[in-house]
Amino acid sequence: MAASPDAPNNGGRRLALMILGRIGASFVTLILVALVVFVISSLLPGDAAQEALGQSATAEQIAALRQEMGLDRPAYERFATWAWGMVGGDAGQSLVANMPVGDIISERLPNSLLLAALTTLVAVPLALGIGIASAMNRDGRLDRALNIVTLSMVALPEFLVATLAVLVFSVQLQWLPSIALVPEEAGVAELLKALAMPVAALAVVVMAQMARMTRAAIIDQLDRPYVEMAVLKGFSARRIIITHVLPNSVGPIFNAIALSLSYLLGGAIIVETIFNYPGLASLMVNAVTSRDMPLLQACAMIFCAVYLALMLIADVAAILANPRLRNQ
Amino acid sequence: MSDAGSISRRRLLETALGGGVAAGAGSLLLAGCGPAARSGGANSSGRVRAACMSLSTADTLDPAKAALSSDYVRHYMLYSCLTELDRNQRPLPNLAESIVSEDQRVWHVRLRSGVTFHDGKSLTAADVAYSLLRHKQPLTGSKVAGIAEQFVAVRADGPLNLVIELAGANADLPIILSQSHFGIVPDGETRFASGNGTGPYRLVSFTPGVRTLARKNTAYFKPGKPHLEEIELIGIADEVSRVNALLAGDVHMALSVNPRSTGRIAASPGHVVRETPSGLYTDLVMRVDRFPGSNPDFVAAMKYLTDRELIKRALFRDFATVGNDHPIPPFHPYYRADLPQTTLDLDRARWHLRRTDIGRTPLPIYATPAAEGSVDMASVFQEYGARVGLNFAVNRVPADGYWSTHWMKHPIGFGSVNPRPTADLVFSLFFESGAAWNESGWRNPAFDRLLVEARGEGDEARRKQLYGEMQGLVRDHSGIGIPVFISLIDGYDRRLKGWYPVPLGGFMGYAFAEHLWWED
Repeated sequence: MAASPDAPNNGGRRLALMILGRIGASFVTLILVALVVFVISSLLPGDAAQEALGQSATAEQIAALRQEMGLDRPAYERFATWAWGMVGGDAGQSLVANMPVGDIISERLPNSLLLAALTTLVAVPLALGIGIASAMNRDGRLDRALNIVTLSMVALPEFLVATLAVLVFSVQLQWLPSIALVPEEAGVAELLKALAMPVAALAVVVMAQMARMTRAAIIDQLDRPYVEMAVLKGFSARRIIITHVLPNSVGPIFNAIALSLSYLLGGAIIVETIFNYPGLASLMVNAVTSRDMPLLQACAMIFCAVYLALMLIADVAAILANPRLRNQ
Repeated sequence: MSDAGSISRRRLLETALGGGVAAGAGSLLLAGCGPAARSGGANSSGRVRAACMSLSTADTLDPAKAALSSDYVRHYMLYSCLTELDRNQRPLPNLAESIVSEDQRVWHVRLRSGVTFHDGKSLTAADVAYSLLRHKQPLTGSKVAGIAEQFVAVRADGPLNLVIELAGANADLPIILSQSHFGIVPDGETRFASGNGTGPYRLVSFTPGVRTLARKNTAYFKPGKPHLEEIELIGIADEVSRVNALLAGDVHMALSVNPRSTGRIAASPGHVVRETPSGLYTDLVMRVDRFPGSNPDFVAAMKYLTDRELIKRALFRDFATVGNDHPIPPFHPYYRADLPQTTLDLDRARWHLRRTDIGRTPLPIYATPAAEGSVDMASVFQEYGARVGLNFAVNRVPADGYWSTHWMKHPIGFGSVNPRPTADLVFSLFFESGAAWNESGWRNPAFDRLLVEARGEGDEARRKQLYGEMQGLVRDHSGIGIPVFISLIDGYDRRLKGWYPVPLGGFMGYAFAEHLWWED
């Protein structure tokens, strides 16, 4: 690796180009996802007009409502109108709620982001800690204990964790509220109290994955010759891990974190249901059952965009942490 | 106007005039005792949070569009109807001061004076005419458009009087108008953003799919009502979470509790399980237009094969009422008590089956989680069928899409029918020969004639007799088996007082907001 004078600069440009390329590809992915969601959901029986009117609807009512909702136009035209609006930043009008999709989303998205952010704050440091501690004590007593803990966390479904937590902390001890429906005027303390159990339940689910991946990535590095060299040189275990092993294993760890975090938005449906938390995942399920296409599309776009963004961030972070990756 | 007329009309008139002499007196007394009963300092904590089954983005402030239990509750909070039902499901005047008719076809309504909407506007006949006629506009998307078709004309006749002209005589109009869909909205209202009605609560905030918050309407037209200061309505879709929220004290009332959860609620000192016997039923549908239901002996055998007591005890943990294969439950005013109860009788079933040529032909029964208890009922039929030589196969199909793909399309299947406010509605929707939802395809001209006659009959005693005959016809001849009526079960905080069962739905027929009060 004979470094030429302009190598770092060159690497920076490559990185910028890569990011641009990925963003471009993301747009293509988004359009494809939108198309797939549109096609699949139009295969579902019934449309928004029929769902809204229910079983007792008359034919005239359905026809009138279809026209009002614009459902009498051909599918490609509806998709084109929606896509064109989206390009201009207009997500359209919800067919069911009688208000702009943007308004509905802007009420729910902050809730979902807050839940995801708090869970991240709790889960990521804990997961990294568990993963590193396990790897450093490989096959030791602590490692085995942590293995059992993380594996059982993977195996436990979140509805069980959440329901048991409610039974203990809300019904028996009455410490925490059983539903996370926070009034707007609530203070920070009340908010944290209400979100404690949803965050804990979600953290249990995502933490285990991250911890397992961290452990595996670090152990993979610990077997490398350079670690042996460092040990022979007499470095402390802590220094070896932090300055040598971690930067090298950051790629897979960040990938695992990004995958787990992307779950926090769309996958929070069960936790949202049990704690009655008004988030985006339950909104999307709602959009499917009421066949509210613009709302469904908007939710799908958000989930997809967040996933793509997290993956991009993970890759960029891995490259920044490990210069060798830039030339690969 | 007060001379000869029907019993129902006279009774309405009496209560309308405030005499309080007859059956309506109970309700008038109730209204009177409410404030006295709550004088124990209840105002301090009259904030109640109620959990319905679910909310969605389709939640609406438009009474015509109501589709879920939470919509009915919300609309009874914000709007008032022309009439309301008393404890015995008899209509009383509400926004109307009187509602009378000579021939049950042309109805004369006189409105209470001095009633105002939440925005201060006075209630007039124009508001009522608008509210009733909008159901006929296709674009309103009304859930009761089918019922509203009979409103030929609704004319204001002065500021507080109006005339409702029906297509045909219908003595049930006062009952129909008590349903939340017919809540009165201001003339010309189309946006439905503010919940502006004449109801006991004013809208404070409303987020579809999340919550409804409403505060006491101090200008409510009934003196001393409502009692509660504030009601927050939320939805908790998961039954276990709903019960947990009740037990944790996060909600004070929970709609629709599973019989399995009643033990937990009853064990909690601060909570109480309230059972509402209702007209809800899951029915065995045997198509009488094809094999094997086309043979009346098969249908009769199936009715004798129904172990109603077992279904009541094992499937619904006794939260049910035994049925007699017709849709009128024993606590209904028109229930015919002298009709013999069909009971489990394997010998009679065998006798009927010998007159058929079914033998060991495999007979599929379609059951689904969409019709509560039907999967277990099908197993019960399979078990008893085997004892008399029938070869049933239970086909369990998914709830999603059941009503469009399976319901009424198989020789033997299940249906589920919600409580309806009048006997006429349940008979016309599910048993009239030409009805779209005539589940078993049963055609009986005598029944159809009785149905029309009873609808227009003003004399209560005669009406009860006609509905009694119809119950007999359905029980003996239709292809529908109704083993039990399923009770509705709600969980309440003990401090909420004033509850009584309304068979039309949980939460006092969804109209609890006006009636309950808080007592520490």
